[in-house]
Amino acid sequence: MINAIARTSHAEPTEEAFPSRGRVGMVCLIATEAALFAIFVVAYLFYIGKSFIGPYPAQVLEVPILPTICLLASSATIMLAERALSHGYGMRFKGWWFLTILLGVEFLRATAVEWYRLIFTHHLTISTNLFGTTFYSLVGFHALHVTVGLTLLTLVLILSVCGYVTQAQNERVAALSLYWHFVDVVWIVVFLVVYVIGR
Amino acid sequence: MAFAESPLAQPQAETPRLPLLVQLHDWVVTVDHKRLGIMYICTGLLFFAVAGLEASIMRWQLAFPNHDVVSPAVFNRLFTMHGTTMVFLVGMPLILGLANYLIPLMIGARDLAFPRLNAFGFWLSLFGGALLYFSYLGGEGLTGAGTAPDVGWFAYAPLTERAFSRGHSTDYWILSLLVGGIGSVATSINIVTTVVCMRCQGMTLARMPLFVWMLLVVAGMILLIMPPLTAAQIMLLLDRYLGARFFDTQAGGSALLWQHFFWIFGHPEVYVLMLPGFAAASEIIPVFSRKPMFGYAAMVGATLAIAFIGMGVWAHHMFTVGMSTMANTFFAASTMLIAVPTGIKIFNWLATMYGGKIRFATPMLFCTGFLFQFLCAGLTGIMLAAPPFDWQLSDSYFVVAHFHYVLIGGLLFTIFAAIYYWFPKATGKMLSETLGQWHFWLLVIGFNLTFGPQHIAGILGMPRRIYTYAPGRGWELWNLLSSVGVAFQALAVLCFVWNVIRALRQGPPAGDDPWDAWTLEWTTTSPPPEYNFETLPEVQSRRPLWDLKHPHDPDWHHE
Repeated sequence: MINAIARTSHAEPTEEAFPSRGRVGMVCLIATEAALFAIFVVAYLFYIGKSFIGPYPAQVLEVPILPTICLLASSATIMLAERALSHGYGMRFKGWWFLTILLGVEFLRATAVEWYRLIFTHHLTISTNLFGTTFYSLVGFHALHVTVGLTLLTLVLILSVCGYVTQAQNERVAALSLYWHFVDVVWIVVFLVVYVIGR
Repeated sequence: MAFAESPLAQPQAETPRLPLLVQLHDWVVTVDHKRLGIMYICTGLLFFAVAGLEASIMRWQLAFPNHDVVSPAVFNRLFTMHGTTMVFLVGMPLILGLANYLIPLMIGARDLAFPRLNAFGFWLSLFGGALLYFSYLGGEGLTGAGTAPDVGWFAYAPLTERAFSRGHSTDYWILSLLVGGIGSVATSINIVTTVVCMRCQGMTLARMPLFVWMLLVVAGMILLIMPPLTAAQIMLLLDRYLGARFFDTQAGGSALLWQHFFWIFGHPEVYVLMLPGFAAASEIIPVFSRKPMFGYAAMVGATLAIAFIGMGVWAHHMFTVGMSTMANTFFAASTMLIAVPTGIKIFNWLATMYGGKIRFATPMLFCTGFLFQFLCAGLTGIMLAAPPFDWQLSDSYFVVAHFHYVLIGGLLFTIFAAIYYWFPKATGKMLSETLGQWHFWLLVIGFNLTFGPQHIAGILGMPRRIYTYAPGRGWELWNLLSSVGVAFQALAVLCFVWNVIRALRQGPPAGDDPWDAWTLEWTTTSPPPEYNFETLPEVQSRRPLWDLKHPHDPDWHHE
């Protein structure tokens, strides 16, 4: 029946500018993921130094400087890709985007090498002691998020090679890059907790 | 009448009904927020019947001392399934269903922000619930130990570790809650995005119905509190399947850590369940008092305060595990502090009723009952917030009585109020007032008869979760009264079921706005079309329908 409520004389601010749905949805997802990581971080901090048997962090952990630089740099490259897309430079977008993926893959490769070394040289597994339990779950959970991010980034790359990613998809790409930035920020926290405080 | 008989009106009235299979298929593939909302609510009510049945068996077992209806093992499964079901499969679907159905209508939108994600969230919740109940069949496991989960709804470690919980029953508990939790988070993301991005013209935050405000806060809370439970459950799964040591006390793991993680989720969850009850009351009480809500801004502020303080009270569930005096003091103080915003709300509802022209229709009856019973729940809550009192009565029937006054006397009553209030909108049919009154009074009597005496049994020392008790401790009378109350509650629920069936078959047509209400959902038809509004509305005040009905004295003159 009544669908429009009659306009009246006194002026109202019309046409409110709402943020894009994708971005708001992604911010919500990031908030909930941050809470998830917070619990794993708390568990890690709580169990520092509580392992009954070795190997202990100081004996086996090496600070992964290069992978960290790669991951943090990928935040910059994805920003450049995003900017290129918003200006309509398709090739430049693809280039930066591809570089972002490469940096992410390099980070994962380094993690794989580190885990291989820990498992086969130092015999540290998830069930060895509390250090192993908390280390593999926290770092592994982050690596899982990097993997999900890389899958999505690759999907966008394939779509853009096929010509589907244009300036019109700017907001969607921005939502995805927001997620990638989040994964990077989480790594800063994980890095501090595992390799600085926990060692 | 002559108009209704005109040939033009005929074809619409006689639209041929689609075959049953097509109709069912439509419900399965739907992404419409109204259909999903209804399916959420039906899921909640279905599981409510199941969990109610479990409770009835437990009450029958406890009606007499040394009663032997079920074995201790079955009793453990019953209270675990009852608690888990009521919180995760009754409470959550009911509140998310109301949010789903009402929020787009109330803010003048055509659907939620992500309709497919919404359907995904619902089906996850439903199958999560199915998974929990499948444990009765599949929980046997290779070792042949156990069927349904029997570790209690908060599943304290290390009882849930592989060494103490053989078979797969605990795994079903973990996985079903994990799946359902992801569904709730998906729907919450949807709700927040919808409210932030899709309000109609003129619907500023300060003009949103209080219902939408409170559900926005609830969705925000779910985003922050579901992950701690999910994280803890992932840790438990790692313990059980990969031999991790999170809660393995022999390797230095901490059972206390599980308690913290669980209650960081568990206590705010109570507010997640209660705030939608407050939300419904805040819509219903003004309409049936014929007054605008008293203290709108204070209500919003109190909601935010409850959410904020509610995140910092969890360890009051853990006074008896031996925390430091500092921690005890902090959590006692924060718990008592939460009485302030809750008190503000109760006074605001009372002030709305004060001097109003109150109509005691069924929704209003349920809201009034809620006010009294929720006050009782709040008072016992403050008592339990004092650590010395809690040391005496923790894990006793006093606690059982307290939280049932919160969740039944508070939440369930407002949910029924909401169903009576919005049923005409969702179906186009009116529920019977007579049956509604029967439903209300039987439930008031049954509920208070069941849970009132449990306070006394608790003070007399009866612990919760015991499957039987010896005579001569002074518990017999209170337990018998408690069990008799169940019969009244069951009758009340039967009245409700009969009322719904009767209304769907032969209820009088409701019209668009049967309660002479003020919010946007009453501007569209009952039931609303799939697109909700032909043209999106534009609002000027908190009560757009009042403005429309009283053009000489619109609300925006006063706000």
